[in-house]
Amino acid sequence: MTATTVTSSRSKSSASLSHRLAERGVSARLLLLAPAVVFGVALFVYPFLYGLGLTFQPLPATQDTFGGGLFANYLAFFRDSFTFDSVWITMRLALPVALFNVLISIPIAFKLRNKFRGKRNLQALLVLPITLGTVLTAQGLLIFAGRQGWLNRFLIEIGLIDQPLQLVNNYWGVVFSLVISGFPFAYLLISSYLSGIDPSLEAAAKTLGANWKQRFLRITLPLLAPGLATTFILTFVLAFSVFPSARLVGDATGETRVLALMAYRSFAEQLDYAMASTIAIMMGVVELIVIAIVFLGRSFLYKGSTGGKG
Amino acid sequence: MSLSASAFESLQMKDVGRRFGGRDALVDLNLTIRAGEFIALLGPSGCGKSTALNCLAGLIPLTNGEILIDGKRIDLVPSEKRDFGMVFQNYALFPHLTVQKNIAFGLQMRNLPKAEIARRVAEGLDLVKLEEHAKKLPGQLSGGQQQRVAIARAIVLEPRLVLMDEPLSNLDAKLRMEMRAEIRRLHQSLGLTTVYVTHDQEEALSLADRLVVLREGRVQQIGTPEELHNNPVNWHVADFMGYRNLIDVEVESVDERLARVAGAGLSVDATLVQPAVTGDTVRLAIRPTDLVVASGPSTDGRNTFDALVNLVEYHGREFSVAVTTTSGQNLFVQAEVAPVIGEKVTLSVDPARALLYHSELDEMSSEQRELAEVRR
Repeated sequence: MTATTVTSSRSKSSASLSHRLAERGVSARLLLLAPAVVFGVALFVYPFLYGLGLTFQPLPATQDTFGGGLFANYLAFFRDSFTFDSVWITMRLALPVALFNVLISIPIAFKLRNKFRGKRNLQALLVLPITLGTVLTAQGLLIFAGRQGWLNRFLIEIGLIDQPLQLVNNYWGVVFSLVISGFPFAYLLISSYLSGIDPSLEAAAKTLGANWKQRFLRITLPLLAPGLATTFILTFVLAFSVFPSARLVGDATGETRVLALMAYRSFAEQLDYAMASTIAIMMGVVELIVIAIVFLGRSFLYKGSTGGKG
Repeated sequence: MSLSASAFESLQMKDVGRRFGGRDALVDLNLTIRAGEFIALLGPSGCGKSTALNCLAGLIPLTNGEILIDGKRIDLVPSEKRDFGMVFQNYALFPHLTVQKNIAFGLQMRNLPKAEIARRVAEGLDLVKLEEHAKKLPGQLSGGQQQRVAIARAIVLEPRLVLMDEPLSNLDAKLRMEMRAEIRRLHQSLGLTTVYVTHDQEEALSLADRLVVLREGRVQQIGTPEELHNNPVNWHVADFMGYRNLIDVEVESVDERLARVAGAGLSVDATLVQPAVTGDTVRLAIRPTDLVVASGPSTDGRNTFDALVNLVEYHGREFSVAVTTTSGQNLFVQAEVAPVIGEKVTLSVDPARALLYHSELDEMSSEQRELAEVRR
């Protein structure tokens, strides 16, 4: 309802107050929201604010080293290169993985748009990793791609390599694990965005003389782009908060010393809850910055209907 | 707009067929389209008319047969190289491009110089009277305007052939009439060759030079609107051409082309369109307008029978009336004066306007049909 109609109805005020309130969504039915509000406050708002409060209660040791009073934890986060480098380490993992998941999903979603025999089975196979869980994935990766794994033994056997490839317990191990767990999400999202694009648009472009490349670049991609941005954000957030696989198939003290690991270290090893909370909050801030940048770019795209009728 | 529209002499569809998973969607379509002609493919939904159009456009490959332009095969040429324009039922406008860019799309694909594109887009906009909407997105236009954009987008390419797939079915009645006139105007002024798919016989009759009536993937009749309107070859075409009254009756006697038939509470003389002998069950087809209503019980006329009025619809100039014969057969008639519901009326029909058809639509080929006729 626009402001003008509200004021005009108020000036006439022929309707009762309760009626006018109900028109703006205020009525007894709002009480139905109460359980959800209680839940939200108890399980999210309160713990979040408590954690935020913790960040302003630095340990004396932190205050002594970095100064800054209440903000000592934040100063520590930025000044302590051991902590701050972790931002770049996490970015270096999450950004390429998210980008790869989105890019690899586009052609696969495209191919699987058509009907063919065995499509359901193939789709099930692609989405299966969602059910595996990170630990199982990590275990599988260690067995398959480890120094004594099947892959290396096979490659040595056929004489392609002399020394086993280092594919796990480093950067690549975590990348593989994140791709395996993130791809199904990206694929499912993109294929649903793709199915929302009316196929007659492509048929129309075809009859107008556009080859497949022109059809993709000028019609499908622009209509798909907002969906790609959203998908990118989702897989990025998933990858950014990586914890188990960074530990299990990564190099937890070096290449894959991600923020989640750092927060865990402060919490469990140094018993510095305040610093752990600060790292967690900063993870959120970094994610929000990336999301903001992507959404800014997305706001320049066409986001209306893609159903063909315009 | 100067058009090189007649880029071909004739387009020939030879035994064109298309099967979808063992089901025949289109069987042995043979049709020759001359340059500048307006052809309408007419039939109920699922009759194969859209399949035929998509085959022509190259959006679906043929299962058998071939399509030739001036003797050269084109059915293997990909859709984007056929140089046909197509207008889709749902318009299929690119929602992220402005009206202008939608119209320019095909021209850009042909790598024409920018000035040429701008000129032709302006001409196209002018042609469909949408100049002031050039910068809008399709979503901001009404259905009729969107359809005009779709038409402009197809014809600025000066295509050899324009294909239209039920372009008016999503519009309301008034707009449909306007757009019908618009399409006819564009066709005539530009000399386009057009194939038009519709399920609306009125639309087909008013627009087309020739009609192709399809049923279950098979051609029933090809002819000019007059031919189809006056001489439908079987009851299915007759049904489509406004013969609303279809009654199964028995032949009592045959006298050359005229037969005496009886059944469903009436006994009349009628014209045999398809041959029949005494004792055959045939289908009698009469247009509502050809049933003359007279109030009161029947007089002596040979081709008259009694009926009871049970429904009267006002149609502006005349009334559409539903009546029931003594044996309970429902018939539709037209009357200039509204009869009273429950009144007994007498209907009469000119034997030349009452047509008799076989009640089965034979799936025989023309040769088989000739053989069967000889055997009788």
